[in-house]
Amino acid sequence: MSPEFFKAVSVCSLSEEDYGSPELAKGEGNVLVTTPFGQVVVSVRLDEGLPQGIIFIPMGPWANALVGPDTCGCGTPRFKGIEATVEPTMAEVKGVRELFRGFGRAGP
Amino acid sequence: MIVEDVICPFCGCLCDDIRVEVEDNKITKVNRACRLGASKIRGHERIKAPMVREDGELVETSYEEAYQRAAQILYQAKRPLLYGWCSTVCEAHKKGILLAEEVGGVIDSTATVCHGPSIIGIEEKGLAGATLGQVKNRADLIVFWGSNPAEAHPRHSLRYSTNVRGKFTEGGRSEKKMIVVDVRKTRSSRNADKFLRIRPGTDYEVISALRMIVGGNGDLLPERVAGISKDDLVDMAEMMKAARFGAFFFGLGLTHSRGSYKNIDNSLSLVNELNSHTKFMIMPMRGHYNVGGFGQVCAWETGYPMAVDFSRGIPYFNPGETAACDVLANGEADAALVVAADPASNFPWSVVEKLAEIPVVQIDPFENPTTLISDVVIPSAVAGVEVEGTAYRMDGLPLRMKKLVTSSYPSDEEVLDGIIKEVRRLGDDN
Repeated sequence: MSPEFFKAVSVCSLSEEDYGSPELAKGEGNVLVTTPFGQVVVSVRLDEGLPQGIIFIPMGPWANALVGPDTCGCGTPRFKGIEATVEPTMAEVKGVRELFRGFGRAGP
Repeated sequence: MIVEDVICPFCGCLCDDIRVEVEDNKITKVNRACRLGASKIRGHERIKAPMVREDGELVETSYEEAYQRAAQILYQAKRPLLYGWCSTVCEAHKKGILLAEEVGGVIDSTATVCHGPSIIGIEEKGLAGATLGQVKNRADLIVFWGSNPAEAHPRHSLRYSTNVRGKFTEGGRSEKKMIVVDVRKTRSSRNADKFLRIRPGTDYEVISALRMIVGGNGDLLPERVAGISKDDLVDMAEMMKAARFGAFFFGLGLTHSRGSYKNIDNSLSLVNELNSHTKFMIMPMRGHYNVGGFGQVCAWETGYPMAVDFSRGIPYFNPGETAACDVLANGEADAALVVAADPASNFPWSVVEKLAEIPVVQIDPFENPTTLISDVVIPSAVAGVEVEGTAYRMDGLPLRMKKLVTSSYPSDEEVLDGIIKEVRRLGDDN
């Protein structure tokens, strides 16, 4: 439950073009990422290695808010290549305990 | 005391040259390991005592009580899931498979959200393999496809692949060529002689195009394939054919993308065909240090490497139906045992929601998000640091993990034994 780990996996990497775009307020604040399977607020960072239109969120609880359960007959969900929209938000990135608060036994 | 040649219990590289200093039964210094491995060996905050959930809160209890509660949950379940196993040793795997058989459960490993599709691809086609020792000493061309070893397997290049001097590659990096194929530039691609940036989800097309060129049918290809020029593809194919010994390492860029196991099947075919021209091997970049070991133990115990369902009284394997995400997403699993893994972090949320709805027993040295949705939490000793045992490197080489310090916690194997005894007692009572 290291805070460094959770910080590292609750960040969305954006290309230079997307990071600097007026729509994303030039990388200020957080972003709300939405896919057909869910949505989540994450922080942003610039990754010059990314082409425009592709984002990267490391494997972890935040990325998995955006992944569907279908394993296409092979047992493994498709974690990559999911269409997503990214928009700026003033909302905070939830901490890990807060993120799981809505689930079953995580308590109030 | 200085312990030499310690094997690192972090990733599938199983680096076996770590030097650890121990004073008064405490690890004081870790040398040669990468940051990830050193952090694992040094350890961090532990779960202090067994816990059971009462009125929504986890409260401390005894090991005996925790074993009884765990056994009740698994014994009473109609279709329990026994999941994880990647960060523990093969001795624990053996006990886990025995427990799965006794409770008629489904047992699956973290490969299910990692290289599971690789295993399916390999079952379809077979694998032209080699050890990492052979790669170190012979490979003069190394391909990393959908894999970023600089960040995920930090010492791979220094010990086994691109940046190491081998018996027949004495010049090291200067004598070797490195090709990276990925959807983005990474720290690994910056070390490459050639980098192909493909569009997400087009791996299968690009591999097929390379197979056509290697097979002498490149003239039928269009000028661009998946955003890559034909010239670049021809160049890559020629580099691969010209190698004395080629090594093709692939990561989750292939297994997690569109195409899944078919991407692996196609890569295996490419490497088979390259063997008509030169010597070429292919290997998945296994993540957690002993996820490969679970596949080995499960295969020799049950005939299948993962996703094994014992509910029929005999082992049954059908990923898509019997893998962890499937039995959870379909609402079939009515209890779960999680050992040395963290499905709450690594499964899609809708699957984690299902897991949170059923009773969960966790065995782990460390708290992780799965603890937050568990009903019984049983802390164990850290395998490979506090407990010895066998682990399998990503090339299938078994290595003996060392015990560096003595722990007051029981091993995963001992915990599983405790639960098995309680399950048998419940069976006798009925």
